[in-house]
Amino acid sequence: MLMKLFTDFMGWIDKRLPVTEAWNKHVGQYPAPKNFNFWYFFGSLAMLVLVNQILTGIWLTMNYEPSGDGAFASIEYIMRDVDYGWLLRYMHSTGASAFFVVVYLHMMRGLMYGSYQKPRELLWIFGMLIYLVLMAEAFMGYLLPWGNMSFWGAQVIISLFGAIPIIGEDLTIWIKGDYVISGATLNRFFALHVIALPLVLVILVFLHILALHEVGSNNPEGVDTKKPKGSVKPEELSKFKFHESYTKKYDIVDSIPFHPYYSVKDIMGVAGFLILFCWVMFFFPEGGGYFIEAPNFTPANGLKTPEHIAPVWYFGPFYTILRVVPDKLGGMLLMFAAIGMLFALPWFDRGTVKSVRFRSKWHLANLVQFAICFVILGVLGTMPASPTANLIGVIASFGYFGFFIALWFYSKNEHTKPVPERISH
Amino acid sequence: MKKLILAFALSIAVLAPAAVFAAGPSVPVDKAHNDLSDKESLKRGFETYINYCLGCHQLQYQRYNRTFADLGIEEADGVANYMYTGEKAGDHITNTMSEKDAAKWFGTAPPDLTLIARLKSPDYIYTYLRTFYVDESRPFGVNNTTFKDVGMPHVLQDLQGVSTIDENGNLTPAMGGSLTAEEYDVVVRDLTNFLEYVGEPNKLERKAIGYWVLAFLFFFFILSYFLKKEYWKDVH
Repeated sequence: MLMKLFTDFMGWIDKRLPVTEAWNKHVGQYPAPKNFNFWYFFGSLAMLVLVNQILTGIWLTMNYEPSGDGAFASIEYIMRDVDYGWLLRYMHSTGASAFFVVVYLHMMRGLMYGSYQKPRELLWIFGMLIYLVLMAEAFMGYLLPWGNMSFWGAQVIISLFGAIPIIGEDLTIWIKGDYVISGATLNRFFALHVIALPLVLVILVFLHILALHEVGSNNPEGVDTKKPKGSVKPEELSKFKFHESYTKKYDIVDSIPFHPYYSVKDIMGVAGFLILFCWVMFFFPEGGGYFIEAPNFTPANGLKTPEHIAPVWYFGPFYTILRVVPDKLGGMLLMFAAIGMLFALPWFDRGTVKSVRFRSKWHLANLVQFAICFVILGVLGTMPASPTANLIGVIASFGYFGFFIALWFYSKNEHTKPVPERISH
Repeated sequence: MKKLILAFALSIAVLAPAAVFAAGPSVPVDKAHNDLSDKESLKRGFETYINYCLGCHQLQYQRYNRTFADLGIEEADGVANYMYTGEKAGDHITNTMSEKDAAKWFGTAPPDLTLIARLKSPDYIYTYLRTFYVDESRPFGVNNTTFKDVGMPHVLQDLQGVSTIDENGNLTPAMGGSLTAEEYDVVVRDLTNFLEYVGEPNKLERKAIGYWVLAFLFFFFILSYFLKKEYWKDVH
């Protein structure tokens, strides 16, 4: 009786909006390669954190006051007087760092298995745009508690734009909406943080997933699981039912429907992630001074500079690249170039073999040195400047940029191992 | 299970740099060894704060009645014994010193101390309040080895007495106070304890909930592991 009611209801809906169709195409009958490993958890985890940030953000907004006079006190109001306000706030602040942890690991996965290569260039570009908007979102969100590190961090970053010739000074005033960082700056950052950028983020995530489902998921072997129609013997075909929009064009092999196989697997990933997330959130919400920096426990003060102005850890790599160049404008250009290189990665890599498993030793070494340099740059970004740190920073910056340059050269005629036709296990 | 171990290894790899490079305070500090669950200590610290600190340093984000409730003080008792200037129980813990006057008297307005334990650490407070020494060149005749050239007088001098400093920068034991050195350390430890509490009144509740959440999540993880295994039986 109830089942029939539900079927009738869905029938009524489906005649007017293709809900069942969309579910089948993107979830229930979406063919995902059967060999996803640990590295494939981070996409769904990034979605989870995004939802966490949006939901906790909405509730924080209910009690937050976006003004120079009221912002700092309203955070303490949330921490003390709002029921479980402290929990909402820590979920949001820990979530910000967790977002970058999962996004960096998600990107690393893409590098390892060549998920940016043809035909997934646009998918990669959407991902990079998400990363870029996420950085802007995090930067603006960091001003909102109106602590002293919020203030001086924003001061340092906004002043960078002043290095642009001719328009620089006017540009910084335009960004701040004032001659100094003030309540006007706070208000516009609030507007961008709570509505403009999240909206862009959600749209980009939507496009990222649509693009993914158009080209299909890559896998740790980098083997194509969509074979030309008619090229696979019927008994070799995947025994599961996939949506006809995929099977019409291709013969699908070595794949399983996303739901229920990867949905239950991702639930396990979510549980594991939440153990770590909650461990930090409930027991070290300041993240050792890296997730919430100590100077942020005193209100913004334009006359008192914190002893050591450090960006939040996730900006560390780019902050170091900025600092190793003695010239401010040069530093800024190099910093943007560092992000630009990632955007252009699909064209730096001229190889056709995707996964590091079948590529040359050189490629493996290059990947490893890139990851190490990125971590070193990140650590240096949170430390005070010193000649030694600067020297290491220069070397690590060469490693960072060198990854792309070297890739372009060796990928053309790389000694790769033979790639199997099918996923082997 | 291999994946679980890998997940932990990886997350530790991500978080380890934070632990290794966590910036320590620039001045060496003594461990406060305070205990947030010790309500008697918190009450004594609260009392010391009201009597010695509140005249200059507000706790403008913390309310009286919240403090009473958390410290186990009946509201009527609290109003009678801890509130002297006719505020309401729900008011924030503030004083009436204007910032302008304060800046004139001390050179800089005494900061609000609600979040001082989170800004500086409890150990810092515990050390700072025990390292005043005589220095006639300073406006109030005292200086501090933990906070050089601090603008604050040694408010607890009646209790601790005075220390002097030798040419190596070592402090002599304080003389002439009403308390012994051990008793004074207890007073400062209680005060530190109270300031750590005020910095984050929900700290104990946060951790208490945290254990339950983690316990649930471990259970949930195991459940989800077996659920996944069951479903994946038909994948070859």
